[in-house]
Amino acid sequence: MQEAMIKRAKELLADGTVNRVIGWKRGEFVYDSTPAVFGTADEIDAEFVFDDFTQANVSKYLVKESKKDGKILAFLKPCDTYSFNQLVKEHRIIRENVYVIGIPGGPKLDIEKIKAKGITGILNVKNVNYTLEIETLYGTEKLPFYEAISGKCADCKSKKHVVYDELIGEDGDVLDSNRFDMVEKLENMTAQERYDFWRGELSKCIRCNACRNVCPACTCENCVFDNPKSGIENKAAADSFEENMFHIIRAFHVAGRCTDCGECSRVCPQHIPLHLLNRKFIKDINSLYGEYQAGADTTSKSPLTDYRADDCEPSIVHERGVE
Amino acid sequence: MLKISADKLNSLFDAVSAKQSLYIPVDRESGSAEYRKYKSGMEMSKCLNTVRSAKDFFFPQTENLADFKMNGKNIEVIDVREECEDFVIFGVRACDARSFTILDKVFLAEPVDSYYKNRREHGTVVTMACTRPAETCFCTAFDIDPTSPEGDVAVFSDGESYFFKPNNDKGQAFIDSIADMLEDGDTAELAQVQSNTRKIMQMLPLANLSTDSFGGEKLMEHFNSEKWANLSESCIGCGTCTFVCPTCQCYDIRDFDTGNGIKRFRCWDSCMYSDFTKMAHGNPRNTQLERFRQRFMHKLVYFPANNNGEFGCVGCGRCLAKCPVSMNIVKVMKALEEK
Repeated sequence: MQEAMIKRAKELLADGTVNRVIGWKRGEFVYDSTPAVFGTADEIDAEFVFDDFTQANVSKYLVKESKKDGKILAFLKPCDTYSFNQLVKEHRIIRENVYVIGIPGGPKLDIEKIKAKGITGILNVKNVNYTLEIETLYGTEKLPFYEAISGKCADCKSKKHVVYDELIGEDGDVLDSNRFDMVEKLENMTAQERYDFWRGELSKCIRCNACRNVCPACTCENCVFDNPKSGIENKAAADSFEENMFHIIRAFHVAGRCTDCGECSRVCPQHIPLHLLNRKFIKDINSLYGEYQAGADTTSKSPLTDYRADDCEPSIVHERGVE
Repeated sequence: MLKISADKLNSLFDAVSAKQSLYIPVDRESGSAEYRKYKSGMEMSKCLNTVRSAKDFFFPQTENLADFKMNGKNIEVIDVREECEDFVIFGVRACDARSFTILDKVFLAEPVDSYYKNRREHGTVVTMACTRPAETCFCTAFDIDPTSPEGDVAVFSDGESYFFKPNNDKGQAFIDSIADMLEDGDTAELAQVQSNTRKIMQMLPLANLSTDSFGGEKLMEHFNSEKWANLSESCIGCGTCTFVCPTCQCYDIRDFDTGNGIKRFRCWDSCMYSDFTKMAHGNPRNTQLERFRQRFMHKLVYFPANNNGEFGCVGCGRCLAKCPVSMNIVKVMKALEEK
């Protein structure tokens, strides 16, 4: 796949269709690739990588990149295409300035999952028929591929590319995923259990803002929490609940726009399952307003910015019951 | 050297924690550890290091500095500092132990930061020699020996026992306080473990990382490097690297309006944030390139310029493991030293 992508990228650069390419570049180790923009064939030959560890969603970078001169080639995995579409819909990405090549998605590997097994000193990771052969300073370890896949891939919602100019590889289908299972589990808890669960998770937050900054739905020019004039800029929490509120408020802000790309949980240094907050909103929107997938298209109105006479009333909160 | 057998470690923890607060690294989930106040029965983590560094003990993420109470036209200034009690941090790695020396240079230089000093004086740092370094480790680039860590007391393990070596008077006092639980031990096996670890250190992927191209005298060369544009391109401007870093020491001081007064607090700040160093005239660093450059220039150029050549990094590898886009000081160093 990597070879095919490199070949096509160089062709499109050579014939002038695009003047830049966004993808991933090789890191120090086998697993630490970084999203990168390539300007020449030489740069691509030297550093371009696409493998089991290239998890990062590059769509958000296109907010900035699509405003530069010339067209940029973007390689998008199925989940990334939803983010891309949503950003086009919100007029954040200039569609005409991006040439989208749809590429196959995961499942991608998460190095933290491998390290969580106590495997350290990792020098190389090879996928041999879905068994990982991990070469380390302390010998070779074996691990089933599926025990090391990224959380966002484990609950994959779609293998379908919702936008592309061309495809490399096959297009897939929207999947019948089990992504709401954990949400249901939380819904079935007592209020106290649920409260304890979220307090336990959200209290680990160190306010690094990685979740917000990586989130393709968070593209405000100046976030209210970064603006000293807003009066609610919170570098330090006023009380022990403030970290919790930050995440709840952020989930509200992206409700109806979050495509469930999973980047928030992927980047959290404290492994807080932030995506579950967003999934709760997605599940509720689906049940209250009918099935809706943000980013599936660029024209439909989000249920939360639309009005229909048969929309549910605010009283739904009471009808659904509060403990 | 005095030692205790591994199966008695918890009874040692019980004894220490009976006298003062004891903090040990504990598994929060598989593969992620954090320091927690010891309670009987807690297991010490086998992780190489904690996600958050040990700097929190001396330089907490947020702290209340003073309160101001308004009463008519009078303002009462209330010193909110409580008497700090003695505490022990157990299991600090060599990298984090060195980070305290770096933080000391900042907070104990005139004017002395009395909040920091207070906690530093009351804390006893018990370090733990490394035996299984990770691929992300590069402390040796900063002349740190992970097999013989600094700190008040250094602890070494040969798998069977833990050996205690005092590094200073405070460390000796700590060992004296637990002497009745320790016994004399043969360190032959220990020397073997140390020598094995040193061999592994030489095999680490970053073993040859060099600081030769950095230091105070390289200021203009690196500041004006054209490579920053490329290096900073993918940075998402979050504060992960700064907040997991054991040596990042920048903070902000703010006033919180309580309605009838003010709580003045300080909190960690990040040079990666858009409002960092924002002042009356505006912000001297308006782009992510400038913010990104600041972080690495600080550690590799400005800090050594002001501290007799000592770098502001200890090679713990946390930023390598945690950056959402895998950009880090090693990649920056390698890129900048390439001509």
